[in-house]
Amino acid sequence: MQNRRAFLSSSSIGIGTAALSSILGMSFFKKEKGGIIKETNSGGARGALDALHFAPKAKRIIYLFQSGGPSQLDLFDYKPLLNERRGEELPESVRKGQRLTGMTSGQDSFPLVGSNYSFSQYGQSGAYVSDVLPYTAKIVDELCIVKSMYTEAINHDPAITFFQTGSQQAGRPSMGSWLSYGLGSENEDLPGFCVLLSRGTGRPFGQPLYSRLWGNGFLHSLHQGVQFRSGKDPVLYLNDPSGMDRQSRRNMLDQVAALNEKQLQEFGDPEISTRISQYEMAYRMQTSVPDVMNIEGEPDHIYQMYGPDSTVPGTYAANCILARRLAERDVRFIQLYHMGWDQHDNLPTACAAQAKDIDQPSAALVMDLKQRGLLEDTLIIWGGEFGRTNYSQGTITDTSFGRDHHPRSFTIWMAGGGVKPGMVYGETDDFGYNITENPVHVHDFQATVMKLLGVDHEKFTYKYQGRRFRLTDVHGKVVNDILA
Amino acid sequence: MNQLSAFAPLFVLVMMALSLHSCQEGTESQQQLKMQIPDVVDFNFHVKPILSDRCFKCHGPDENTREGDLAFHTEAHAFMALGQDLDRYAIVPGHPDSSTIVSRIYSDDPDDVMPPPESNLTLTAYEKEIIERWIEQGAEWKEHWSLLSPQKANIPAVSDEAWANNEIDYFVLSKIEAAGLSANDRADKRRLLRRASFDLTGLAPSKDQLTAFLEDEADDAFEKQIDQMLNGHAYAERMSADWMDLARYADTHGYQDDLERYNWPWRDWVIHAFDTNMPYDEFVTWQIAGDLLPDATLEQQIATAFNRNHKITQEGGVIPEEYRVEYVADRTNTFGMAFIGLSMECARCHDHKYDPISQKNYFELYSFFNNVPEEGLIASYGAIPEPYVTLTQEDMTQTLDFINAVDSITEVPVLVMGERADKRQNYILSRGQYDQPTDEVFPSTPESILAFSEQYEQNRLGLAKWLFDPSNPLTARVAVNRLWQQLFGSGIVKTSYDFGNQGTLPTHPELLDYLAVSYRENGWNTKEMLKYIMLSSTYQQSAKVSPEQLEVDPENLLLARAPRSRLQSEMIRDHALDISNLLVDKVGGPSVKPYQPGGLWEETTGGGGGSTAKYIQDDGDGLYRRSLYTFWKRTVPPPSMMTFDSATRDICSVKRQNTSTPLQALVMMNDPQIVEAARMLAYRSIEEAEASAEDRISFMFELATSRQPDEEEVSFIKTLFDQEYDRYTNQPEEAGQFLSVGHFVMKPILEASEFAAYASVASAILNLDETITRG
Repeated sequence: MQNRRAFLSSSSIGIGTAALSSILGMSFFKKEKGGIIKETNSGGARGALDALHFAPKAKRIIYLFQSGGPSQLDLFDYKPLLNERRGEELPESVRKGQRLTGMTSGQDSFPLVGSNYSFSQYGQSGAYVSDVLPYTAKIVDELCIVKSMYTEAINHDPAITFFQTGSQQAGRPSMGSWLSYGLGSENEDLPGFCVLLSRGTGRPFGQPLYSRLWGNGFLHSLHQGVQFRSGKDPVLYLNDPSGMDRQSRRNMLDQVAALNEKQLQEFGDPEISTRISQYEMAYRMQTSVPDVMNIEGEPDHIYQMYGPDSTVPGTYAANCILARRLAERDVRFIQLYHMGWDQHDNLPTACAAQAKDIDQPSAALVMDLKQRGLLEDTLIIWGGEFGRTNYSQGTITDTSFGRDHHPRSFTIWMAGGGVKPGMVYGETDDFGYNITENPVHVHDFQATVMKLLGVDHEKFTYKYQGRRFRLTDVHGKVVNDILA
Repeated sequence: MNQLSAFAPLFVLVMMALSLHSCQEGTESQQQLKMQIPDVVDFNFHVKPILSDRCFKCHGPDENTREGDLAFHTEAHAFMALGQDLDRYAIVPGHPDSSTIVSRIYSDDPDDVMPPPESNLTLTAYEKEIIERWIEQGAEWKEHWSLLSPQKANIPAVSDEAWANNEIDYFVLSKIEAAGLSANDRADKRRLLRRASFDLTGLAPSKDQLTAFLEDEADDAFEKQIDQMLNGHAYAERMSADWMDLARYADTHGYQDDLERYNWPWRDWVIHAFDTNMPYDEFVTWQIAGDLLPDATLEQQIATAFNRNHKITQEGGVIPEEYRVEYVADRTNTFGMAFIGLSMECARCHDHKYDPISQKNYFELYSFFNNVPEEGLIASYGAIPEPYVTLTQEDMTQTLDFINAVDSITEVPVLVMGERADKRQNYILSRGQYDQPTDEVFPSTPESILAFSEQYEQNRLGLAKWLFDPSNPLTARVAVNRLWQQLFGSGIVKTSYDFGNQGTLPTHPELLDYLAVSYRENGWNTKEMLKYIMLSSTYQQSAKVSPEQLEVDPENLLLARAPRSRLQSEMIRDHALDISNLLVDKVGGPSVKPYQPGGLWEETTGGGGGSTAKYIQDDGDGLYRRSLYTFWKRTVPPPSMMTFDSATRDICSVKRQNTSTPLQALVMMNDPQIVEAARMLAYRSIEEAEASAEDRISFMFELATSRQPDEEEVSFIKTLFDQEYDRYTNQPEEAGQFLSVGHFVMKPILEASEFAAYASVASAILNLDETITRG
């Protein structure tokens, strides 16, 4: 270190000091009018927003994305009428001609089907939870369950893209990128937006994901979601090649920095300083990422809390432990994706299996953060891209049926940072088809999440190709009712 | 309207305009506050950017959202009488005190002030002052610069005539001199050749090329080098890489299932077209309407794959028409951005907020692309979406011999364009929704750009003719601006995707027009245009930046120095392969699958995806081809290329980001492709250089940076070499491991610990900023 500091401070045109501070943090340079090179707070560690618009209730987000469309009717939205009228036709007065996906629009009949699971009420809030979510049921008083979510898209790709980026068409920045860009990173050793994937047991070969879902779109690529993977190379290209050790990497970086510094003196291009500091960040990540990914030191009671899967790397349960570890290290946005929620058929078996994957670990994550005092400034979100129909896709048998995609109403839950605990918000009709009370659009949800982090979704824009873009496009209303 | 008067050539004006537009997109700069108001306020340079950005949203082209019947996008609207009694005016030339715009923008009353608080838009003190001064000076109106036909202006005078090489330099130097600066001297020959070589071929100059150039003292030494580079296939490959971004080329259909498609013969055709220097008008016409040309050949049909490179869905359950509309819209948007530099998609849902393109205009243009006999959904697993042509072995080896056929592939289905016999009726779609047709429309083009001549066929061929009508103000400017961008990192119009009201103004408008007219007049000759620009002194300057230059012109808008920029993603990898002698220099053919971290496709594809469910890495040649041949799976694109800002290929893209991130450092340090290249670079140095460590280090350094290191630089690397040699001597098994990264097998050449130490310093050299920079 001594060596590098010495040459940095001796560099020409007075940017040595700035370069040094950027090694310590992760900042960018901007040439102000008049040519003075200054560290900028846009695109770098500090975030683009000069000041927050509201007092923030949460500092970070853990988004437990349930990819595929979990069935609200089999998990949270209890509709005994569907059991009473099992097999009867969905009344047109309920459907009101709304469009269906191509998978069921050709069906001759739309037979109603209630859940095969039983429901009970839990906690002070009396929230209904189905018996495939016993652990979640125990913590309902920590949760804010929103039963009145709705979206515009009816197919996976546009629907999940809509949730993540505010647009059904690919190309806009993901929510985590927006917040990394706006709020910056509070950890100099880890990316501000980390992503973890797991595959569900309910539909192991279910619908796919796409790396653009955590893409930075038109924002600086510093804000892209960085996928953390189980296995040897937890971040792509993180490990030094075999036959190279830490000391030799350090030696190499020192000489590379010395050579780059000579170029800086010759050309005066501030991009060279940025490059030097990015190599330092990469070097630190090589230690900090394996450190956060190594859960072997977690005590037994933690594994017991998160359930048996949590010792198996790459599972949702193991990822929940990692999410907590990333939250402890102040990572801004931690995004999990759990695949396999697309129960077009065989729902009673498959949905139960999916529920088992996520039930204990999700509940454990909430309580683990709580016992560490982190829940109050961490917002946890659990939910998928749409819900599922109240009628069966395909034939109903004694033991099986399926459900198609349903954008008109579905359930998500949130917990922690700034949302009302023990709340059930919104209502659907007795058929579980249409929302009857307090509808929450995807953009409303996004606006609300941003407010919890202190950001006014209408004021947080990025000008690109002549247009001011925002996560909520030109829509979205904060759902004040659910704010604590 | 006199073209020149649209760009008042006053120095102050230009400098103010430069400053005004120097603030980066994405951050609203308050810098202007402190700026001096120019003596002469110009509408195009000073006023309209403010009106467009802060006022057009409610007082612009979109009639449906217009407030108070007031708009500022045309002269007639802006000067119209207002109010019930028609006794008020937003703008009263010469009288700011009577102009309501002035009182409203200065108002303290939240109900009165413009822009209103709920818009979240504000004007700075500088911007208010600009509007006021402009009115005070008579409020002279000017049409939007890019919609006026380009004309060749007179060549401006300069003091330092000796510096100038061709006309370009007069346009550039006159501004540099007016700013009180001087241009840089010529770059040293090594750096100049390196710059030219990356710009034209995507690769560094070879050692032989460098030597020949250094030894050639003739005046036309550089020109000879340019000619040589333009005549090689590496040039065509480099040009094609950018065109593939623009054409959103990929090897899969995208969307959920993201199955494989086989449009690579189109990519081979593009390479062939650049190689043979096909004129730009013909090149584009074939791609837009090759199938409609008289007696269209198979080759002309293949060219139309351009308009089928968009994503196509196979997600079960979608509503096919919803997606078919997306494909047509994609073609329309691509046409807008790629060929006329306008963001059309804004006008899909409503009249454009900033540019004179109505929703009707949008769907008229859309109509040209709406008559393809296609389906919205790929109906069955692995089906080829109509229309397509099937190329046989015979086609590929005989009539289309530029396609690099592979023996194992007997037939290739290439997606192409076609026309339905029963023409589809076209409608405006309300909010752009597939199921909301309103008024019927017919194929046409925005009259604000150029009315669609009745002589032209009302189909894509007519559209291509409209595009290359000599009166079209945009086509040549947009095209030549991209060539400039290729050579200078940024276009003369920085927003190469937007020549509209929200785009940046040209830094050198007369130069842009001069080049645009020349390009058209000289038969759209791309090689000639590139060479012409490269022969300017402007291009050949050194990239060194003095504190003075940095102070006056931090963003290099005056071009008093050459830009220094990081190489594009393809070039970074290709350069490493090239100098380590790993590059397999074969043109075209099916896309290849080089090293990629295991499991990436499998993690996300969920068992679907057919042949792209699992990444099966190539062995042998496929690992070492140029990066434009790397298989592009849209939902999981090659990670190391994405890390270096490749476009996603989801939609048309004409300009990439150029960022610097920690993940890039990880790729350069640890990607087996680069580590293997380091080993083979070391191997090459041992084979070809003198035997001392210093010589070998210098040899590798020169290959990587195209220059010889000085003694201090050698000593830095030698220090590392000594450290590594010690370590590997003490830990020989580590040396063996380091040397085993990558598939390439070499014959033993040195004792392992010494070889590994060279490989390690080669890796350091590949990680230098300079190695991945052209400057």
